[in-house]
Amino acid sequence: MKKIQLKESEYLVMPAKILKTRMMTATEKYFKIALDGEVSLDHDPGQFVMVSLLGIGEAPISISSSPTKRSYFELVVRNAGRVTNALHQLEAGDSLGIRGPFGRGFPVQVLEGNDLLFVAGGLGVVPLRSLINFVIDNRRDFGKAHILLGCKKPADFLFADEIKDWQKRMDVNFACTVDKAEPDWQGNIGLITSLIPGIDLTPKRTFAVVVGPPIMYKFVLIEILKKEIPEKQIYVSLERHMKCGIGKCGHCQIAQYYCCKDGPVFSYDQIKGNHEAL
Amino acid sequence: MQKLVILAKKDLEAFISSLAQSQKVVAPVSRGHHNFSFAEVTSAKEITLKYIPTILPPKKYFLPTRESLAVYDKHQKSLNAVLEYEKLVIFGVHTCDLAGIQCLNMVFSDKPKDINYIVRKNKIAIIGLECNEYCDEYASCHVVNNHLPNGGYDLFFTDLGDIFIVHVNTMLGDDLVNKAAVFRPADLKAKEALELLRAKKKEIFKNEVNVRHDALRLLFNYAPKSKVWEGLDKRCVACGNCTNVCPTCYCFDIIDEANLDLNSGSRYRRWDSCQSEPFAKVAGNENFRKERGQRQLHRYLRKFKYPVDKYSRYFCTGCGRCSRTCMAQIKLKETINDLAKEIK
Repeated sequence: MKKIQLKESEYLVMPAKILKTRMMTATEKYFKIALDGEVSLDHDPGQFVMVSLLGIGEAPISISSSPTKRSYFELVVRNAGRVTNALHQLEAGDSLGIRGPFGRGFPVQVLEGNDLLFVAGGLGVVPLRSLINFVIDNRRDFGKAHILLGCKKPADFLFADEIKDWQKRMDVNFACTVDKAEPDWQGNIGLITSLIPGIDLTPKRTFAVVVGPPIMYKFVLIEILKKEIPEKQIYVSLERHMKCGIGKCGHCQIAQYYCCKDGPVFSYDQIKGNHEAL
Repeated sequence: MQKLVILAKKDLEAFISSLAQSQKVVAPVSRGHHNFSFAEVTSAKEITLKYIPTILPPKKYFLPTRESLAVYDKHQKSLNAVLEYEKLVIFGVHTCDLAGIQCLNMVFSDKPKDINYIVRKNKIAIIGLECNEYCDEYASCHVVNNHLPNGGYDLFFTDLGDIFIVHVNTMLGDDLVNKAAVFRPADLKAKEALELLRAKKKEIFKNEVNVRHDALRLLFNYAPKSKVWEGLDKRCVACGNCTNVCPTCYCFDIIDEANLDLNSGSRYRRWDSCQSEPFAKVAGNENFRKERGQRQLHRYLRKFKYPVDKYSRYFCTGCGRCSRTCMAQIKLKETINDLAKEIK
């Protein structure tokens, strides 16, 4: 067996450096990362990267920042497996490898000029934030923007400072809710589905973008469809196990789709009736 | 222009040993009762010409069970992509396995291309061998149109008794024939014998299931709603034998492994199985294909539906390996017939 070095390979990584980290909750850590050589990641909102740690392995992680921030990108990582656990040990100044960006993100060009309804449950705000902040950075290119966030408890909200800003902005309608409140919580209590009926929207020119845990989609989609938003105008971002990121290894398959290549963003009419999607 | 040559059976030894002098030759060898495998040979005497599909298909040479994709060095913070390959002649590949290689070629040349696979495949010469009759009752090569050669080889041997008639399909095949200097042009008698054999095969090979070739894909449109998977859910033991032996299963895992110095190591890929429980599980333990029945359905759809929509061909080659090896005796022909029964 001969072994030679390859100059080109889909499995090569781009060297990158961590600029800043911060624990956001007990299990979620924030990373601000820049590719070496001042190269921009140049992603679309909703895409993901494979984070590579030598000797540990790779994990797919959603990009949380808007591509309008060109000199760095942000990830929020839940400590949930071998690679993410090792990632949590890293601090500012440490290096890691990046492959990507991968997948099909949110269809920004399609969304432009239209009203937007963002719905995020739990960690769903992490990928959705890349689009929300893109819209805020290009605010006049989009119509009305409604942001609905839901979490299990108040301490679970990520990006608390930014959420405060979304709350204050006059060009964004913001509402959030928690499943279970603590005594000092002054906001809504209840499932995220309870926020949807009260939204005043024009279904024809509204696009809904929903990101959350698998269980959430079913119920949120029912509420959104009740608002008569056309199926083609509803987008979701799905999570699957991934190893290669390039549509080969088979782990992320959702019936005929590879989540890593055909997704992770899908329109509802694309996956409606799909026996493996929702 | 079609080129046919003849090799006297007694000269097979001269052909194989001359090949083996300049490169590695692998061919089907006996591994005890009803078991065969592709292994290195240096003489024709080691080869079993009449064999049922080998335990593992020749995919093991195209997509090795384990293969380094990159090597790393933590001190130097480096990760270099690598390719492992070997110049090889595979002798005696049945038409089902030729089809399997064609399927893998499609997947790995689909963009983004898999350089490791493509370079390796181009270092391998393929010599096919025709099945004059069925290997056993597990095969279903006719319904997927793989009982006759459909390309994908450099040379193709057909056993005509004392001689092989050999189709020279590529320049590489022509080189092998010319170098060996034991082949002669095919005469009319041999050509007629080949035609006669192919005509006879039309009588021998019949649809192995109660569904026609074109209707198979339609059957699998309905499959997700079927009750068949509930039955398989109870029987399947999730061992992954079926996917390991399948000539068109190519799912893999990517793993980092440190060398003994704990500084350097390699990032390698190895075969994985969608039949194993954690295959579709994400961090946080959500499992998107938790039930064995769901995973069996997925396996069948990856043979009879998804690739048909994407590449216009069945990814079942009809080799019968999954049925032969299944510990729970789940049989492909039976599953298809059960599905068909539900529809009727």
